[in-house]
Amino acid sequence: MMRVWLGLAWAGLVVLPWYGLEAPLRAISALQPEALPALWQGRVWLWPLAIPLLMAIPGRPRLLALSGALGLAWLCIEGLAIGHRGWGAPWLGALFGAPGPTQPALGWGAAVYALSCVMLAAIGLARQGWCRGDVFVLGSLLLVVGLIVLFVGFPVVSILTSAVRDNAGGFAPDLFAEKLFNSSIWGLDCLVGTHACGVAWNTLAQATLVGVLATLLGLAFALAALRTNLPLKPLLRLLSLLPVITPPFVIGLALILLFGRAGVVTNFLALHFDIPRSRWIYGMPGITIAQLLAFTPIAFLVLVGVLGAVSPSLEEAAQTLRAGRWHTFRTVTWPLIRPGLANAFLISFIESLADFANPLVIGGNFNVLSTDIFFAVVGAAHDQGRAAVLALVLLAFTLTAFMAQRAWTGSRSYTTVTGKGDAGLSAPLPGPLRAACYATVLPWLVLTVAVYGIIMAGGFVVTFGRDNTPTLDYLWTAFSIERGVGGWFLSGSGWRSFITTMELALIATPVTAALGLLTAYLLNRQNFMGKGAFEFLAMMSFAIPGTVIGISYILAFNVPPVELTGTGLIIVISFVFRNMPVGIRAGIASLSQVDRSLDEASQTLGARSFRTLRLVIVPILRPAIVTAMVYSFVRAMTTVSAVIFLVSGEYNLATVYIVGRADVGEYGVALVYSAVLIVVMAAVLAGISAVVGRQKIGRRGMLAADQPVVVQA
Amino acid sequence: MSGPTSRLRMLAVAAGLFGLAALVPRPAAAQGSVVIYCGVDEAWCRAMATTFEKQTGIHTDMTRQSAGEIYARLRAEKDNPRGDIWWGGTGDPHLQAAEENLTQDYKSPQLGQLRDWAQRQAERAKFRTVGIYLGALGFGYNKEDLARRKLAAPACWADLIKPEFKGEVQMADPNSSGTAWTMLATIVQLMGEEPAFAYLKRLNANINEYTKAGAAPAQSTGKGESLIGIAFQHDLIDVAKRNFPVQVVSPCEGTGYEIGSMSLIRGARHPEEARKFYEWALTPEAQKLGALNRSYQIPSNTATPVPPEAPDLSRIKLIEYDFATYGSSATRTRLLGRWTSEVKNAPR
Repeated sequence: MMRVWLGLAWAGLVVLPWYGLEAPLRAISALQPEALPALWQGRVWLWPLAIPLLMAIPGRPRLLALSGALGLAWLCIEGLAIGHRGWGAPWLGALFGAPGPTQPALGWGAAVYALSCVMLAAIGLARQGWCRGDVFVLGSLLLVVGLIVLFVGFPVVSILTSAVRDNAGGFAPDLFAEKLFNSSIWGLDCLVGTHACGVAWNTLAQATLVGVLATLLGLAFALAALRTNLPLKPLLRLLSLLPVITPPFVIGLALILLFGRAGVVTNFLALHFDIPRSRWIYGMPGITIAQLLAFTPIAFLVLVGVLGAVSPSLEEAAQTLRAGRWHTFRTVTWPLIRPGLANAFLISFIESLADFANPLVIGGNFNVLSTDIFFAVVGAAHDQGRAAVLALVLLAFTLTAFMAQRAWTGSRSYTTVTGKGDAGLSAPLPGPLRAACYATVLPWLVLTVAVYGIIMAGGFVVTFGRDNTPTLDYLWTAFSIERGVGGWFLSGSGWRSFITTMELALIATPVTAALGLLTAYLLNRQNFMGKGAFEFLAMMSFAIPGTVIGISYILAFNVPPVELTGTGLIIVISFVFRNMPVGIRAGIASLSQVDRSLDEASQTLGARSFRTLRLVIVPILRPAIVTAMVYSFVRAMTTVSAVIFLVSGEYNLATVYIVGRADVGEYGVALVYSAVLIVVMAAVLAGISAVVGRQKIGRRGMLAADQPVVVQA
Repeated sequence: MSGPTSRLRMLAVAAGLFGLAALVPRPAAAQGSVVIYCGVDEAWCRAMATTFEKQTGIHTDMTRQSAGEIYARLRAEKDNPRGDIWWGGTGDPHLQAAEENLTQDYKSPQLGQLRDWAQRQAERAKFRTVGIYLGALGFGYNKEDLARRKLAAPACWADLIKPEFKGEVQMADPNSSGTAWTMLATIVQLMGEEPAFAYLKRLNANINEYTKAGAAPAQSTGKGESLIGIAFQHDLIDVAKRNFPVQVVSPCEGTGYEIGSMSLIRGARHPEEARKFYEWALTPEAQKLGALNRSYQIPSNTATPVPPEAPDLSRIKLIEYDFATYGSSATRTRLLGRWTSEVKNAPR
């Protein structure tokens, strides 16, 4: 084992090209010196990398652990100290003389070397008795931590450092303070004067409004589904899946077509009731409706779980004690679902904070943090420092809400279904409440159906609302296939982004699921120091808004030592680390249902942890694996906020392409493309459930209270 | 092992194989490749890239973004440029990039064949850019909407601040859009800075939205989401040609214009191929692709036929646009800062 990793480490130094991830083969064929392995580079600072490998002696575990650590440490130090244009920090230049040596970005050799060092350290530590001497556990633990530090921690730190610098790169704390406390972020003029309020307050107000309304709507739906005899359940189940497979911004688009100044409903009202046309939908009202359409199903899923866990026998007891329906609801049901309400509120709140696409499409002049971050980077003003500051503010908001949510749901259990004698029937709702439920649910259902009707049909008419002649022009523009000289080829403008999206999503899917479930296994089955911190780190990437991830990836990975911008790899990585928490939650939820005695039995029979994992746990986790794979695929297909910063000409993505079309007003193409995406994803979902057994996915989608909650940001 | 598990495994293997196939570096064309940052309409960008690829065999990698976004990208990537050539988009950011030494000077042998405004653009930038088309600024209104409201048609910049158009005018945000920056600079040159800002503040009361993209107001006007949209005339003509009720107006006081430009990026990874594209893009054959893809600007090569749909320059009052001043970073930063604080963030 140890010899294998040691050999790989040597291979990384002596055989593989040390620099350059992009097309290393081409570089080798051109005999570029950068493509040479580290030790043949003639770069003196790479030679010490061999020392730890000479130190690694099989019989000396302490030395082995040390050598792995030293190798990694020197790799980080030399990588950060020597950039592609000389010294990585000005003080090094002052010390050793500018401009200093240069080196390009690390490549495959460096990656293999780093991985081997991690494994050598793990072997060394395991042989000293850490983690009961289990190399597999220790190795995966160090690996996951290393990856999270590199792809979550390092970018966030880059944002922090970029926030305190000016545009030229100098250290400027005054500028940072000025930017942080700028009135455009924190101004409260809208309360007293007629100026617009600061963007931070806008964002908070928007998120609070959406959080409250989504929770109430979700509650109404949950009550209607579980406590009335409305024949809604199959429909609700379908509707709760829809937002997952909807590209996030098309809801805003559909709302414009319905309620915009020239929208269908507006036209109708203006023609028949003489109600003047207005642009009321642009801004807070539009964002609120769009986000409610997207996030209510999540609140619904949470609340259905909680409401389903309220034991009918308690309510029956109350009624036996002669409490009326209303009294029962108020004193028994309501207190029991309160934590669920808080949870639903916080999740909707976080999602609204992070939502990028809807404010972009329908926000009008109403600014929120996520879009402001985007414009600070891409706008002509181009102020990365400001973008970083805004990102920090947004990050502070989401992390606070995230921690509040964990504190709420972590320590309390309000579950009353015990499995013992639960034969009762749930109390019917009090009359007024039932009426209120119907009055909310039915119009909302009509709106949802109208919105999705437009999304599916809007791309197949000339101009929705103006000229409803059916046409296939937009479909043809985006997805035409022509026969040319060299045979059939895909000539539509959407093919390239569509295929790239499928490819990258399919690469990311197994990696995301594997990494997520491995992490879940470590968290659920192993005990180690700093487990709480590890869990927090792993789940945190879920709370980091996509725009923040996007900007931080640009800041961290545009220049050596790790240079990834413009590649497909960076998009895959952003998919993996944004969606991994879904796999973690699904894995933990399943693992906690499996008794540890199974693992112990396997281990008693002499299997080590890897074998146990492979033969005992993975087969049991099958539904969780499917959940994780499905969701990471679908999320990768529909995400826009992070990747809009990361796409390039070669690697453009479907969602970014659609946003671009919508941005210049070509709604036909945008809608047709979205409809195609929705159909494809629905087919993938149906296909996977047909292959691996539909029932389990179905039940998870509806009932599990700690179901991984999935939405787009 | 149970059936579903092995099927699951097959699924995972299939996904993995498909993924691996994509990770393998895509075959590089024998003729090399070129990374184009394109600043005009998507259809035109795509036609340019594919036609060039077809004719030369050079693999093209095209990204379409607004001029402001490309400029921002160039600045972000200046330590490590990814693009080779920046083709299209309004001229001011090109001039700014030239001033900041982000682009490479180059004198094309075809320079003499270009119209004089295109040559002057090159001279201004010390030959770090060159003009490829000219587009005049203007505004458009929705004819149906105007008739329904029984309002007089606006004909001048001054008409746009009339109270009856309150909340009816749309323009892009000059911070992100080259189009809107041209409008801001035009108004300042027409009226002088102080009266111009007084005008813009009054106009602000009539603006319903500052969009991000320069062409968006033209689209909104066509769809009836806005009554009036300020944009380049060729964008408005494009919307009108698609059977939307848009009337294009050339303001009576005179109007500014853009010189869409092309620049070679300094430190490009494929300088040879970029130069080939540069030369090709100046030929009449390449410039004809604009009109074919519904972009009705006036092309810069004298030998390229002017599309009949293009705005008739003899009927437009063009101002003496001072590109040297209004293309410089200092002026731009100052005016944008002033506009943002005094106009955009002003009370409504």
